[in-house]
Parts: sequence; C-alpha cells; structure tokens
Amino acid sequence: MSVLDSKVPKGPIKDKWTDYKNHIDLVNPANKRNIDIIVVGTGLAGGSAAATLAELGYNVKAFAYQDSPRRAHSIAAQGGINAAKNYQGDGDSTYRLFYDTVKGGDYRSREANVYRLAEVSANIIDQCVAQGVPFARDYGGLLDNRSFGGVLVSRTFYAKGQTGQQLLLGAYSAMNRQIARGKIEMFNRHEMLDVVLVDGKARGIITRNLITGEIERHSAHAVVIGTGGYGNVYFLSTNAMGSNATAAWKIHKKGAFFANPCYTQIHPTCIPRSGDYQSKLTLMSESLRNDGRIWVPAKIEDAKAIQEGKLKPTQIAEADRDYYLERRYPAFGNLVPRDVASRAAKERCDAGYGVNATGEAVYLDFAAAFQRYGSEQAKLKGIKNPSKEEVIKLGQAIIEEKYGNLFQMYEKIIAENPYETPMMIYPATHYTMGGVWVDYNLMTTVPGLYCIGEANFSDHGANRLGASALMQGLADGYFVLPYTIGDYLSNDIRTGKIPTDTPEFDAVEKEVQDKIDFFLNNNGTKSVDHFHKRLGKVMWDKVGMSRNAPQLKEAMAEIKAIREEFWKEVKVPGSGSEMNLELEKAGRVADFLELGELFAKDALVREESCGGHFREESTELDGEQKGEAKRNDKDFAFVSAWEYKGEPADAVLHKEELEFNDIELKQRSYK
Amino acid sequence: MNLTLKIWRQKDSKTKGQMVDYKVTDISEHMSFLEMMDVLNEQLVNSGDEPVAFDHDCREGICGMCSMYINGEAHGPDRGITTCQLHMRMFNDGDTITIEPFRAKAFPVIKDLVVDRMSFERIQQAGGYISVNTSGNTQDANALPISKHAADEAMDAAACIGCGACVATCKNSSAMLFVGAKVAQYALLPQGQVEAADRVKNMVAQMDLEGFGNCTNTGACEVECPKGISLENIARMNREFLKASIKG
Repeated sequence: MSVLDSKVPKGPIKDKWTDYKNHIDLVNPANKRNIDIIVVGTGLAGGSAAATLAELGYNVKAFAYQDSPRRAHSIAAQGGINAAKNYQGDGDSTYRLFYDTVKGGDYRSREANVYRLAEVSANIIDQCVAQGVPFARDYGGLLDNRSFGGVLVSRTFYAKGQTGQQLLLGAYSAMNRQIARGKIEMFNRHEMLDVVLVDGKARGIITRNLITGEIERHSAHAVVIGTGGYGNVYFLSTNAMGSNATAAWKIHKKGAFFANPCYTQIHPTCIPRSGDYQSKLTLMSESLRNDGRIWVPAKIEDAKAIQEGKLKPTQIAEADRDYYLERRYPAFGNLVPRDVASRAAKERCDAGYGVNATGEAVYLDFAAAFQRYGSEQAKLKGIKNPSKEEVIKLGQAIIEEKYGNLFQMYEKIIAENPYETPMMIYPATHYTMGGVWVDYNLMTTVPGLYCIGEANFSDHGANRLGASALMQGLADGYFVLPYTIGDYLSNDIRTGKIPTDTPEFDAVEKEVQDKIDFFLNNNGTKSVDHFHKRLGKVMWDKVGMSRNAPQLKEAMAEIKAIREEFWKEVKVPGSGSEMNLELEKAGRVADFLELGELFAKDALVREESCGGHFREESTELDGEQKGEAKRNDKDFAFVSAWEYKGEPADAVLHKEELEFNDIELKQRSYK
Repeated sequence: MNLTLKIWRQKDSKTKGQMVDYKVTDISEHMSFLEMMDVLNEQLVNSGDEPVAFDHDCREGICGMCSMYINGEAHGPDRGITTCQLHMRMFNDGDTITIEPFRAKAFPVIKDLVVDRMSFERIQQAGGYISVNTSGNTQDANALPISKHAADEAMDAAACIGCGACVATCKNSSAMLFVGAKVAQYALLPQGQVEAADRVKNMVAQMDLEGFGNCTNTGACEVECPKGISLENIARMNREFLKASIKG
C-alpha cells in the first residue's frame, strides 16, 4: 500500500465537495482569533487565501519578495479565466468544464479535485465582480466571453488583455482591507528561506528581510505555500525574473513530496529569442490563434533565403506556404492545445523551415483575418466595391480593437510592424503543471503544510488548458483552502501561540545562516547567472519539448556536474546585512540546480508521452495518428510523487494510482 | 554600440549617494534597457565590484516594479512603456546615459536605483477596496448589468500598474494620477457606490499624510504614464472629493 493517501471523499463525484463541507470540523470565531496562519506568496492563490483566511478571523502573516503583493507574476496573465457559467447558452456545464480539463490534462489529473475546481469556478466570477473587477461587457451590460484553445465553448471571462492583473488587483484589494484591519500582517520584500517543523508539523518559517538582510523567525499553526511554478529552471521563460522554486523546494527537502516535475507547459505563442543576452521571453496571448494562421515556407530554399534575410514573408506565394497545423489537424487547425502547437512548431524548425536568423521561429499571419473582417465591415458600412486596400484597412481596425496592445508590444520588442509583415513566434516555457504533491485538502505530506495554486500539482494533469491557471489559483485561495484548513486547525484551538525560541527554530535558522555565509565567503570566479544559463541550456536542449532516454541521462549527469561546480566556483559580492540581489539569486539557483535533476529523472521514469511530456520513444507507429504522442494508461496512469533522500538522483518514487470513474480514457485527437 | 553610463550609487537609505561613471561596450540595439543593465552588472560581478541594485520583475511591462529615471525621464525616452520595455535602439553609439532613481519625498531611496513605494500601499489600504467578504454567495455576476461604457472606463482606470512614474515626473511629486485612477475605478462602478464618500476622503487624507505634493495641472504625469492613465481621473477624484465633502 502506498504511503500516499489522497483523502478523496467517498460518494458520487458531484456530491463529494458538498458532503465534505457538511461534515468537516469547524473552528468557532472566538478560537480563530487565537490561531495564526502563514501564507507565503501573494499572487492569485496566496493573495486570495490570505484575504479569505483573515476575513474568517484567523491571524494571517503574508510574505512577498516584491515590494507589494500586487506585483506577483499572476499579474502578467493576459487572456482570461474560465468558469462554467454557460452565459452564452452554448452547452457549457460543470461537467463539461471538468471533462475538458481532465481531457486537456491528458488524463493525468485527479478527478475529484478537477470536479471541485469546475464546481466552484462560477463562484469566482461572482466574487470578482462583487469586488469591482472590470470584466469586459457587451452593450447590454452583461459579461462577455471568448473561446480559448482546445475547447468548443465560450467560457472565458476577460478584462482586455490584462485579466490576471485585474483579478490580482481584486485579491489585493481584499488583502488591503484586511491589512487595514490588522488581520493580515504584510511582509513585503521578505523571502522565505526554509520551513520549521515541530513534532512533525509545519509550525513556522525562516525569512530574510531583503532590505536589511535580517534573518527572521515567524511561527504559526499552519503554513501555506503559494509561490508559483518552477519554469525559471530553464533560465529563459515567460516567468518573472524573480519567480523561483525555493519555497517549494525547501519544503520538499523537509518532507513534502514533489509530484510530476516533468509536466511543463511550453507555450506556443511567444516572441522568439534574439540573442545570448536575452533575460526572459515574452508571451503573447493564445487568443491570437483565434484569428492568426500559423505557417512556414513549404520549400526549404525559401526558408533558407528568409533566414539569410534575402526574402520577405510577404513575397512568398500562397501555394508555397505550409499551414502545418491546418494540414496536420484539420478539425482544430490553429486552435489545437498548447502542447500540440508547440511541438509542431519545433518539428518544422528542426527540419530547417524556421523563419528568423536563429531558425527558431514560425509565422503567425493575420492577412486572412484582415481580409475576412474587412469584407464584413465593408458590407456593414454599405461600401460598394471597396478596393483591396480599403478592405484591409477596415480589417486591420478590427484586429487592432481586439489585439491592439499585443501588436504594440510586439512592435516595441521586434521593431517590425505586425500589421504589414506576419508576426514571428516560437514556443517558450510558461507554466509548470507539476509541483508539490497535495491531497484533496491541499495539504502536503507534511501535516499543517499546505500548497496552493501553480506551486502544487493537483488540477492540470500533464497539460493545462488556456485560462485555467487563474481559475485554479483563485479556486484554491478563495473557496477550497479556507474550508480544508479549518478542518485541520480545529485540533489546534488549545495549542496556544507557537514559540520561536525553540531548538527547532534555532536549527533551521542556523542552516539558513550557514548557507548565506557560505555564498558570501566562497570567493569563486563565476557569477550566479553564469550557472543559471548553463542549467537552462541543458534543460531546454535535453529536457525540453521532446525528450528521450539517452539525453535525459546525459542531462542528469550534466546538471549534477554544473551543481558541483556551482558550489565551488560561485561568486557572490557584497554582504549579508544589506539589500543583495546576487545573494538572493544564488539561493534560488542553488535550488533550481537540484530541482532540474529531479525533473530529468522524473521525465526518464515516465516512459510514455502525455500532455507536455513528450517521449520520442512513445509515439503512434501507424494509422491516422502516426507520429503523434502515445500515452500508456496501462503502466503510467499514476502521479509520480518523489520523496527527498539527499541527492536528487536518490529520490524515491511513490505512486498515486489515478482512477477514472466518471470519464472514459481516450486518446486525445485533434485531427 | 558603446555607451557611458552615469548611475546613482547609494549604499543604503542612511548613506549619502553619488553619480558614478561606467562604460559598457558591444551593446546590441535589440537589447532591452534592463538587459543592458544585466550586462553591466555581470561585468561588475566579474571584476569583484558590487552590481547596481535596481527593481525589476516581470520584464513585460505589467508588474510595475521597474523604475529608473533615465536621461531626465521616468522610464526613459519612449512613450507608453516601462523601463523593461525600453530598447537600446532608442540610443546611439557613444551616448552618455544618466540613470537616477525615482525622486520624491514619499519614495525614499533604499539602495542605488531602488526606492521605497510603501506610501502607495498605505493609500490603498486606506480605502482602495470594496468591502465584500469571500463567501461564494454573492449575487450572480450578471444580476447587476453595468453599461459597457462604464465598464470600459473603469478598466482604463484600473490598468494603472502602480509604478510611480507619475510621482517621479511631477514637479510637485503629486500622486493624484495614481490615487485618481484608484478612486475612479470604483466610482465608475455600481459596486463602489456604497463606500464612495468614505473611500475618497480616506485615500486623499492618506495621500496628504504621505507627503505627496498637490496637482497644478501640468499634465506631465499623463505623458509619462506607461499605461496611458488619463488626467480625467484626477478631475473625477476632485469631483468625488467635493461631493463627499459637501455630504459631510
């Protein structure tokens, strides 16, 4: 019997969450005042959790490494948030959102968690509107929806191209109300550097004040981690520069199992990299694929000429273009899920058809949309026999209304006008489905230690659908954790304040201090970024969009070697008792250097292709699906939860078998 | 291209700072301004010096973390962008670039180019919210239709990223564009009406307490705002404030 207990309640899937809520233990309001909760991270998950827990009456201490909770990277999400409201009457329902999420995740998520997510999704929209989030509306004053890749209904709510920003500002405003009331004590510019366990339970954290360098102890009855994903293990990603896995990795080293690290989402519509100095990649909303057509030249000589700058895309005749997504996936075309679109782009570029100097870019072309919208507008405006130029101009105006901010962003970065020449895009690491293992209560394998939002593994399986990350973050923080944590804390009403002057706090603080001292006194020869870039290159080349056993083994060995060199050669200037950005980075990269190896090991063990994890050894060999990803449900329908045992290579695998009672397992087909 | 950088270096809030000259070479025009700063910092680390501290995070113009006063302009010589979106193609080979922190009494320097913007936090804590608990039982989102016009205007105000460029640019260090945008977002929506009077009074009181200056209608804030927040928001805040004062 596995040591993992998912604690999924019994009963029919549609009743589980309601029954669960009816039977958990509650903490009475007078007792909540005596209970402290630490929330690390203030994005959508952490911010919404902190606000809600404080509203309930708990004493919350919240931590962010930025100077304000509002700057967490949830703010960068553009496209939207899904909810099963069925406002469009197009057949959406809780079940359908549940089904799409499980299918989109390639049948590697836990059914009961996903159903609950779909169930509370509608409440999120109600809550956000009540907070004053300015969602897009139609002329009747009702909420507008758009459709997103991989699904057949319009269930995505949005606020221009800044949905993440607006939802985060909503959660942040709820936090501000509680900060003003004194129910949340906010620690900006503080970084959690480790967790403290007392008698096996999470009872506090050690933090560094990023302005003064002071090492601080904070105690609580429970600790919640909502610190986002680990995409920056690739160095280049669409994550913020400061996004890191340190909190998640530190709790892993203290006993929390880490699940499915190999499930990583590579987003297809990002701006291609231009040189070695590149510090991060920029995503453009997937909604662009609703109107843009993706192509590369059909002839290799044309591709070569473009790469050398001798030919322009507009000079290539229609017949000489390969709209490869429409060719390979006629049913979904340019709207196939993210993993499929990304791999298809890589396949064409690997074959030599890439369209910029690096050979790593494909075109996203709006010419057909200009034409289509333009003709429609000409009719609407009663323009008879419009000229070709007039039609295109009218069409461009519509596209500008829909995606103007993205077109402007593109032009600022690339210095090319995307209204005149097709955009160039290439996939980039964007989101990590894997993360800390949690049960139905969102509790990790350490009692009293919770993990929410992107930082946990629970809801997206092997691949996340567009507009579902915001939904999960807010579902966890607003509607799930506040119930489940109460059930646990009902046993803590007599505990009293947790003291910090104990041997447990002494020991962890010493560990933290020793590591800082080591970095500052190491006197190596190479910068932190030097190692981070090398790690990123190994990850991208060998543990990227397409993986195989020999390369994964090489990656493990190479990451280990980089890690060993890092500890010998890293150089961190400055002191510990001041703001020291290099010191902050050093600690984060040290953790990425361990996580990366476990990531490769997890990818090696999973000898199947599913969602964002593509193993070259596991593809369909014949039939209509030839060359497509081949999942293996017989041997791999489980969650890989890794237990820390020192070296990442020695981590021990625990399997949580996935049962599918409400959905039939099928091959994902977008043909 | 090769550049000379004149950068404000200041060890901490208590120590006096000074401008220091640096040289960077082989800068590509495709680099972002912060990538150019990364190159300088890598150079400084490798030569055993302390890198220049500057705030930054998302590097896609939305988190509002990056600041910097470049050649006398908040976020540098381009419009509608943050510093992370400024590209080196805006400069020429041989240029000398002056880089200072945002300067305002209410934004004290923490280190080098990093400033403390906690005054913005306290203003929002004074009333920048709607008092609604999380319950899952708020009314259905479509039960309250809101005209598209009002929703769009509220969204335009809500697009503020709280970077502080308006304050840094204003000769009076006024925060009225920032506070105006916050007040306007809620004032434009029916959900915000119940607390409207208290909100504007409390937020303005906190703004005054923090030591921001007053508005003299020069409009510099609007020009430098990376998100195009309109001066109309200041007018709306003044109206709301007057309304609230008369109501008592």
